[in-house]
Amino acid sequence: MTLTLGHFLTLGAMLFTLSVIGIFLNRKNLIVLMMAIELMLLAVNTNFVAFSHYMGDLHGQIFVFFILTVAAAEAAIGLAILVLLFRNKSGISVEALNSLKG
Amino acid sequence: MSATLSASTLLAVPLAPLIGAMAVGLFGTKFGGNRIGRRIAHSLTILGVFVAFVLSALTLQSVAFEGARFNQTIYTWMTVGALKMEIGFLVDGLTAMMMCVVTFVSLMVHIYTIGYMEEDEGYNRFFAYISLFTFSMLMLVMSNNLLQLFFGWEAVGLVSYLLIGFWFNKPTAVFANMKAFLVNRVGDFGFILGIGILVAYSGTLNYTELFAKSGELAAMTLPGTDWMLITVACIGLFIGAMGKSAQFPLHVWLPDSMEGPTPISALIHAATMVTAGIFMVARMSPLFELSDTALNFILIIGGITALFMGFLGIIQNDIKRVVAYSTLSQLGYMTVALGASAYSVAVFHLMTHAFFKALLFLAAGSVIMGVHHNQDIRWMGGLRKYMPITWITSLLGSLALIGTPFFSGFYSKDEIIMAVHASHLPAAGFAYFAVLAGVFVTAFYSFRLYFLVFHGKERFDQNPEAHHGHAPHHDEHHHGQDKPHETPWVVTLPLILLAIPSVLIGFMTISPMLFGDFFKDAIFVNSSLHHAMATLAEEFHGPMQLAIHGLSALPFWLALAGVLSAYYMYMVNPALPAAIKQRLQPVYTLLENKYYMDWFNENVLAPAARGLGTVFWQVGDQKIIDGAVVNGSWRVVAWVSGFARKLQTGYLYDYALMMVLGVVILMTYFVWLK
Repeated sequence: MTLTLGHFLTLGAMLFTLSVIGIFLNRKNLIVLMMAIELMLLAVNTNFVAFSHYMGDLHGQIFVFFILTVAAAEAAIGLAILVLLFRNKSGISVEALNSLKG
Repeated sequence: MSATLSASTLLAVPLAPLIGAMAVGLFGTKFGGNRIGRRIAHSLTILGVFVAFVLSALTLQSVAFEGARFNQTIYTWMTVGALKMEIGFLVDGLTAMMMCVVTFVSLMVHIYTIGYMEEDEGYNRFFAYISLFTFSMLMLVMSNNLLQLFFGWEAVGLVSYLLIGFWFNKPTAVFANMKAFLVNRVGDFGFILGIGILVAYSGTLNYTELFAKSGELAAMTLPGTDWMLITVACIGLFIGAMGKSAQFPLHVWLPDSMEGPTPISALIHAATMVTAGIFMVARMSPLFELSDTALNFILIIGGITALFMGFLGIIQNDIKRVVAYSTLSQLGYMTVALGASAYSVAVFHLMTHAFFKALLFLAAGSVIMGVHHNQDIRWMGGLRKYMPITWITSLLGSLALIGTPFFSGFYSKDEIIMAVHASHLPAAGFAYFAVLAGVFVTAFYSFRLYFLVFHGKERFDQNPEAHHGHAPHHDEHHHGQDKPHETPWVVTLPLILLAIPSVLIGFMTISPMLFGDFFKDAIFVNSSLHHAMATLAEEFHGPMQLAIHGLSALPFWLALAGVLSAYYMYMVNPALPAAIKQRLQPVYTLLENKYYMDWFNENVLAPAARGLGTVFWQVGDQKIIDGAVVNGSWRVVAWVSGFARKLQTGYLYDYALMMVLGVVILMTYFVWLK
C-alpha cells in the first residue's frame, strides 16, 4: 500500500476536526485550548507539506516554517496571557472567562 | 405697458409708510428706548403716508387719464423648480383706485389720531402700527402675484390683531384680538387651500399667467371627485374673503374688534382691511366668472350678511358697535355685488363706503371724545349744539350710508340692488330680497343712532356708570365743565375732508368706473353668461338721471320709511321702542345674543375643536407618536438586542463554534450550491 495524497489530507482533516472539537468541548482548561489551536495549525502544516511534496514545489514547506515561527510566538503570548489570567482569576478554567457576555 | 409708471416710484409708495413705521416703531417706543418724541413720531409717519398718498394720486392720474399700466416683477425671492416666488407690482385701474383710497383714509386717520390718542401712553406705538398697516395694505393691493397678496393679507391681519389689543391691559381687548386672530385663521385656511389648488394645477403664482391658464383650469375636476377644480379653488379663496371681510358665519370678530381705539376701527375695520376680501375677489374675477356655483355661494353669504347683520345694528347701544354692524351689513352688499358678477359695482361701493364709513367712525370717535369717553348712545342726545362740525359731517355720512340720491352711497348701493335684480343666478332672488330689506334696516339703525346722539333730550349727565367710574375726577371739577365740547381741529379736519368725497365721489366717478373702461383690463366679466353689468349699462343714462329716477324707486322709499320710523320711535314717541321690545321679547333676545353665534362658537365649535385636539393629543401624539414611534423604536431595538445578546455568551468556544458554522455555511454555499 502506497501513501497517496489522500491519506495525508485525511490525516490533516482528522487532526483539524480533532482540534475544533477540542475547542468546543473543552470547558476546564485554557492550556488545552491553546494546544487545540496549535494542533489546528499543525493540521494545516501537514496539508502544506503534503501538497508541497506531491506538487514538487518547495514554497509550501517554506511557508510551514513561517507558520511554526508564528505559532511559537503565539504560544509565547498565549502563555503570558495565561499567567496574567491565572493571577487575576486564580484559575485557568475557560468557563470563568465570560466577561464578554452581552 | 406705458413708460409713465416707473418701478422706483411704485416701490416708494409702500416703502414710505414702512420707513416711518420702522423708525417710530424701533426708536420711538419703549423697545427702542423712547428716542423719538411724540411730535417727531407723528410728523414722520404722517410724512411717510403723505408721500405715499401723493404718489398714489399721481399714479391714479396717469392710469386714469394716460392709460398707463404697470405689470412687472421687481425682485425674485426664490425659485423652486418651475415655481417662481416674486415680489412685483400690477398697477391698473383697480390697484390705482385702491392705493388712493387706502392712502387717503390712512392719511386722514393719521391726522385724526394726533387728537384722539393725545392722552394715551402708547401714542408712538400706535403711529408705528397704523403706518405698518398702510404698508401691508399697499403691498396687498399692489401685488401682481398670489404670494405677495397672501403676505399682505397676513400682514394686515397681524396689524389688526396688534391694534385690537392695543390696550393690552384690558381683558376684553385681549379676548377680542384673540378672537379676531382665530376667526381669521379659519378664513386663511380656506384662502391658502384655494391658492394651493391654483398653484398646484397652474404652476404659477403670477396673476397674468394664472388668468391665461384659466381656460385649462376650468376644464379640470378635482382628482377623485367630479367637482370642478375652479369651484373648489374659488370657494376656498372666498372663505378667505369671508374671514377678512367678516362675512357670515365668520363675521363674529368684527363687532368685538371695536375694543381697539376708534381710529383703527375707521381705518382697518371699516374702510380698508375688511374690504381686502372684496378687492381680492374682484382681482380674481377671471376665475370666479368660471364658476356659477361659487357665485351662488357668494350671493347667499352676502345676502345673509347684508340683512341679518343690519338687524343687529338696531338694538346695539354702543355707538361704535352700531357702526360696526353697519359695516358688516355694507360688506354684505359688496359681497352680493360680487356674486352678481358686478365686480366693478362692488369695488365702487367699496370706495364710497370707505369714505363715508371712515367718516362715520371718526365722527363716532369725535363724539366719544366730546362726551368724555362714554360710548353708550343712551347717555348722549342733543349733541348738535355742542359739536356742530361733528354733527354736520355725521349727518352727511349717514345720508350717504342710507343711499340718499346724489350722495355717493346712493350710486353704489342702487347699482348693487339693480345688479342683483338683473342677475339670473338661482340665489339672486334671495339676495335681492335681502339687499332691498337691508335698505330699510340700514336707514333705520343709522338714523336711530343719529337721532339718539345728536338730537332729542340731553342725557349725558344721567349716565350712571360714568359717575361711578370717574368719581374722583368729577369731584374736582365744576359740573358745568362736563358739558360735551367740540373736538380740536386735527379731529374735525379729517371729518371735513372725508365728508367731501362721501358726498361727491359717487356722482363724479360712476360713469368711468362702472360703465367706462377704467376697470376694463382689471375686471373680467363673462357677459354672455352673467349679464348684470350689461343690463346696468343699458339702463344707465348719466348720474343725474339715475338720481332723479332714484327718487321714485323702491329703495329710496324704503330708506325714507326707515328714517321716518326711526324719527317716530326715537324723537316723537320714545316710549314705543320699549313697548316693542316687550312685545317681541323672543326676537329681541335673539338679536341681543347676536343669533347665538358666539354662544354656538363657544359652546359647540370650541369644545368640539378642543375635543378633537384632545383626541389628536392623547391618541395621535401620546399614543401613536410618543407611544408607537418614539417609545416603540427603542422597544423594538431592545427586543431584538435582547434576543441577540443571548448569542453573546462571552465563551470563546461559542464564538469559535459560530465561526465554524459560518465557514460551513459559506462553504456549502460556494462548493455545492454555486
